[in-house]
Amino acid sequence: MKLHEYQSKTIFSKYGIPIPKGRVAATPQEAKQIADELGGRVVVKSQVLVGGRGKAGGVKLANNSIEAEQLATQILAMEIKGLPVRKVLIDEASAIDQEIYFAITDDRSAKRPVIIASAAGGVDIEEVAHKNPEKIVKVHIDPLLGMREYIARDVALAIDLPREYWRDFTKLAMNLYEVYKKSDASLAEINPLVITKDKKLVALDGKMLIDDNALFRQPEINEMRDTDADAPSEIEARKYGLSFIKLEGNIGCMVNGAGLAMTSMDVIKLFGGEPANFLDVGGGASSEKVAAAMRIILTDPNVKAILFNIFGGITRCDEVAHGILKAMDEVKPKIPMVVRLVGTNAEEGRKLLESANMITAETLADAAKKSVEAAKKGK
Amino acid sequence: MSVLVDKNTRLLVQGITGHEGLFHTTQMAAYSDIVVGGITPGKGGEWVLDGKLPVFDSVKQAKESTDANASIIFVPARFAPDAILEAADAGIPLIICITEGVAVQDMMRVRSYLDQKKVRLIGPNCPGLLTPGEAKVGIIPGNIAIPGNVGVVSRSGTLTYEVLYAMKNLGMGASTCVGIGGDPVNGTNFTDVLEMFENDTKTEKVIMIGEIGGSEEERAADYIRTKMTKPVASFIAGQTAPPGKRMGHAGAIIEGGAGTAADKIKALEAAGVKVAKHPEEIPTLF
Repeated sequence: MKLHEYQSKTIFSKYGIPIPKGRVAATPQEAKQIADELGGRVVVKSQVLVGGRGKAGGVKLANNSIEAEQLATQILAMEIKGLPVRKVLIDEASAIDQEIYFAITDDRSAKRPVIIASAAGGVDIEEVAHKNPEKIVKVHIDPLLGMREYIARDVALAIDLPREYWRDFTKLAMNLYEVYKKSDASLAEINPLVITKDKKLVALDGKMLIDDNALFRQPEINEMRDTDADAPSEIEARKYGLSFIKLEGNIGCMVNGAGLAMTSMDVIKLFGGEPANFLDVGGGASSEKVAAAMRIILTDPNVKAILFNIFGGITRCDEVAHGILKAMDEVKPKIPMVVRLVGTNAEEGRKLLESANMITAETLADAAKKSVEAAKKGK
Repeated sequence: MSVLVDKNTRLLVQGITGHEGLFHTTQMAAYSDIVVGGITPGKGGEWVLDGKLPVFDSVKQAKESTDANASIIFVPARFAPDAILEAADAGIPLIICITEGVAVQDMMRVRSYLDQKKVRLIGPNCPGLLTPGEAKVGIIPGNIAIPGNVGVVSRSGTLTYEVLYAMKNLGMGASTCVGIGGDPVNGTNFTDVLEMFENDTKTEKVIMIGEIGGSEEERAADYIRTKMTKPVASFIAGQTAPPGKRMGHAGAIIEGGAGTAADKIKALEAAGVKVAKHPEEIPTLF
């Protein structure tokens, strides 16, 4: 789960990391009022869950509160990469000497947290990583020991941070690790971490990603969820515990198991079709889940055919077939359905579905071909 | 021979009295005689499977009474890290965690601890292991695979069943099938298992089933290119997956342009691996 900048920085601040004075506003009037409180000269920052806000014109400097109101009006009317701007963060403007990149994230390969830091922080960090990888410092942390002061000093040395800032930087690094650990973040990023003209370290921007598997013990963070970036069908699917991702094609997919679901999409594409979604109905594929999944797939008007691909291992195919029939009875879909059942009791399951006028297939390749044909006829 | 589990495995089941635990214990015990008992704290002294298998309060007690050498975990995600550590502390050398949804930072701490103890963990979020005809340690259906000389390793569940089933239909059997799981931080990776297969006398060929996310397939390609003598065929799921979206498995995500199927296929082909266009094609590539 992604957090907004203002949410991330609020968490940073709770853990003692210095952030600029500022507040979030939903209207231009609020923006003006906050700018007045902060003395007029502020930065107006769109709060959307995509990168590249600045380059899209979603971050602007205002010299006074009137300008802040105008800019907030402009920015609140924007869409950035398809997402509406519903809130702007109004931060006091900082006088900056240097921009540093500083983050803690999961290193999948090393199976432990890693600090990533660079003296060349700011909006072009990805370009730096690409063109001058030697300017990016990486230091691993043993998750049983956590952040140690010497590790933070090693990082400070590696990015040539002047000695006068080591003390503050060490404290900040320890605090950011606490943020990462206590919030179950998979990324806690400060970019840029700035040295201001009055010689202070300030987290000017913040970004956090939270491990979905840990949300059960992060009730406060779970409340912060912004669903603007999710399709309505994805939000609906979440309610039923279905793993669903909307895509642009016209062949709906219902599959048990995530790997097989991805594969079914790939094989549809291999035979010239385009999948309309990723969907894992889970191991049991009960009739309730199948019905919910069918309703969700059918809310997409692009869908011209549905492919069911069920591997019956522990689950029996005849049981799944009954589930599908019950769901069809309830949802009454009007588009062709291609079903492939393999494994335990597949023959019985296929017979049940053939009698219900569904197109059956033996192999995955065959099922994909038949659903591509069915979708073409449906146009 | 086979890898990790065989007919001499002595298996404990953590969470044996739970719904999932009991169901799969029944299946595993019906496949072969390897289950020696189970653990549910607070239910020590009870028996399951018509009095055939004893239940213990702790892994330590269970290990002392049964001399078990492996333990499989079927407890809910929030209790799974503790279950893994308990098994490791009791001296169990092979731990298989089926549970899906374990928090990533918990797994990193668990991994750091297990690495010091030299304990082998398979999973979490995996279907477990199957040595056809000898031992079923997990949830892979026993009837879809036959004994043979092909080692199978995979990050997936039902996709693996699909491949085992396609192999069986061609009369091709498996030495051992290892499901390493779909999480970003797990106990055993592709390279570990490829090395086991390379050293296993019964395994002559290997099938590796990967998917988008991370870089373990690329590392495996490096191992295959430099160290492996046995032929490897592969399939990579997620060629049509959009970037930035988690495709069901916690680890199946393309991040910052890295972890794409195209990159993995390229790395594997460069290592001499034949990569199938769809899973049913894999067994025909040897």
